[in-house]
Amino acid sequence: MPLLALSSIHKRYGSNLVLDDVSLDVETGEVVAVIGRSGSGKTTLLRCINGLETIDEGSIAFDGKPLPPGGSELRELRRHIGIVFQSLNLFPHHSVERNITLGPTITNKLPLAEARKIALDVLREVDLEDKLHAYPSQLSGGQQQRVAIARALAMRPRLMLFDEITSALDPELVGEVVKVLERLATSGMTMVLVTHEMGFARRTADTLVFMHQGRIWEKGPPRELFAAPKTPELESFIRAVLEPND
Amino acid sequence: MSRDFEWPEFLFLLGALRWTIVLSLIAFVGGGIGGLVLAIARTSSHAILRWLAATYIGVMQGTPVLMQLFLAYYGLAVLTGIRIDPWPAVTLAFTMYAAAFLGEIWRGAIQAIPRQQWEAAAAIPLAPTAQLRHVILPQAFRIAIPPTVGFLVQLIKGTSIASIIGFVELTRAGQLIVNVTFQPMVVYPLVAVLYFALCWPISLVALRLERRIDAALGIKQHS
Amino acid sequence: MKYVFQFGIVWDHLPQLLQGAWLTIRLSLGAFALGFVIAMLLAFLRTAGPRPLRAAIAAYVEFIRNTPFLVQLFIIYFSLPAIGIRFEAITAALLGMSLNFSGYATEIVRSGIEAVPRSQIEAGYSLGFTRLQIFRHIIVFPALRTVYPALASQFVLLMLGSSIVAAISAEELTAITNTLQSTTFRAFEFYFVATGLYLLMAVGARLLLHAIYWAVFERARPVERGWSR
Repeated sequence: MPLLALSSIHKRYGSNLVLDDVSLDVETGEVVAVIGRSGSGKTTLLRCINGLETIDEGSIAFDGKPLPPGGSELRELRRHIGIVFQSLNLFPHHSVERNITLGPTITNKLPLAEARKIALDVLREVDLEDKLHAYPSQLSGGQQQRVAIARALAMRPRLMLFDEITSALDPELVGEVVKVLERLATSGMTMVLVTHEMGFARRTADTLVFMHQGRIWEKGPPRELFAAPKTPELESFIRAVLEPND
Repeated sequence: MSRDFEWPEFLFLLGALRWTIVLSLIAFVGGGIGGLVLAIARTSSHAILRWLAATYIGVMQGTPVLMQLFLAYYGLAVLTGIRIDPWPAVTLAFTMYAAAFLGEIWRGAIQAIPRQQWEAAAAIPLAPTAQLRHVILPQAFRIAIPPTVGFLVQLIKGTSIASIIGFVELTRAGQLIVNVTFQPMVVYPLVAVLYFALCWPISLVALRLERRIDAALGIKQHS
Repeated sequence: MKYVFQFGIVWDHLPQLLQGAWLTIRLSLGAFALGFVIAMLLAFLRTAGPRPLRAAIAAYVEFIRNTPFLVQLFIIYFSLPAIGIRFEAITAALLGMSLNFSGYATEIVRSGIEAVPRSQIEAGYSLGFTRLQIFRHIIVFPALRTVYPALASQFVLLMLGSSIVAAISAEELTAITNTLQSTTFRAFEFYFVATGLYLLMAVGARLLLHAIYWAVFERARPVERGWSR
């Protein structure tokens, strides 16, 4: 049974069909990279998975159970799905440690000492254990994103969602974040990433999903899609995004 | 038979300045409580609460404070048939006025928090009360402090209007002194200086706070 | 409650109330115009003038903003006659409102001026413009566009604050209301209706100002018709 099952998702903004009959299964341990132009619906799709956006038709099932519409049931589900946004993830008035321990102490009701230990562990996983007591404004963009990843990991999620987490970073800071993503993928985490990092998609993703005008245009192993795109839209997208000598 | 403006007259002004401060503080604290209620109502998910709070704020901000004062003092007295003491009328009017303006300031502060912060908090997940308590309100509080302190200056200046119904605060005291000393050229500028001495330091503090919070949060303020 | 409402009496005196409201509007518009011109001048000098002048303007602004309007009025109407400068109530009201408004407007306009991107100003210098030309052609319109909402709010505050000039017996809406309620003993009804009139004026002003923004700043400049080059 797939960990995440999206079936025939439809979503409208006014008269605009933002998601058009989108279906996708994600198996445990699978790394799915979603690519496409802006406006293709990829971010909206991601946000539907943990309930930040609602769908008009279709179904979303996590671990076989349908996504609750809201309230405490959705909150319970969100304990198992982590998400990292493009920016403004961290709470600027809390230290890195407090950012990370908020979820474990308040929602998982763990004692603070245990939460602090978890914080140190997850920071180690992103190579930032020395920033335990720093504040977000003291960190670089890449460090902030890595802390955001650590904060999501502290809840021990079964699925991690990433919404273009490197798009707002200065180029030289992207590498450190991608390294963490690759480590996470190798460790067996189930990941769905909306991304522009074609190198990462080609090297590490199990499945590449190309979205266009609200639909899944092509889907398959990255090497295949990059080597032989079946549609002109994907072909022109690859040409527009890839560096010539990648 | 007029007096000269000398030390006793100046002390009388200082005594009245005390009432200006007391009135301002009462209205500030009372208005603060009311403003918090209004801000939460204004940003709640219940449309009726939002509408009620918005209407109250709209009326209080769309009418002169002096009129509000007249209604509280003369209007209420005529309605109820009993003579209303200046103190309750004045504190009521200024508290209601302060609540509207502070409520609006704090609503703005809550809404200045980027939507991403609400989403990040909800995605951890944190329950709505925890979102407010740990993520939203602490940030809103810091954003709200400079304009709140700035409003205190507005309030202090506003209390001068109470003189028009005879309430003896600093401005009324000035009028009374002028009536016996016939020296408006000395008294009113002096009254102005006293207000300035009270308000200007507070304004400077508000300015300093604004700059410090801009730096600490590293996010842009909406002003 | 034993009180019997008699709004009919207010209705009988409506023309007088409207007369007062009309003066309120005229005073507000006049004070806005005068205060705005002063503010533009002061804002320009504050950013581009000699240092002592800049300090003087800053002091003036701080004084206005940290003292009550009522006291400023008293100084103009009661204190100045002691050194020979005498104003009629309405003139003193207009002057007081203008100066008070200019204190706030100067800061508002100044922040708008400082919001104009530096690169635009440098482009002006490289075109050989003088400071005044830069101000007139490059700064003014974008600056005003930026601060229009703040200025519009300040206008509404000005109009509501005009009620204070009743204290020096200028016959605007508040003063008239006071007189009428004291002669008819219908305090609540008169104050209630007058408050409603102010609310109407405030809402009306906001709508009008919104429309002006849309017409002047939002709409694309009309393409020049007529002969082609």
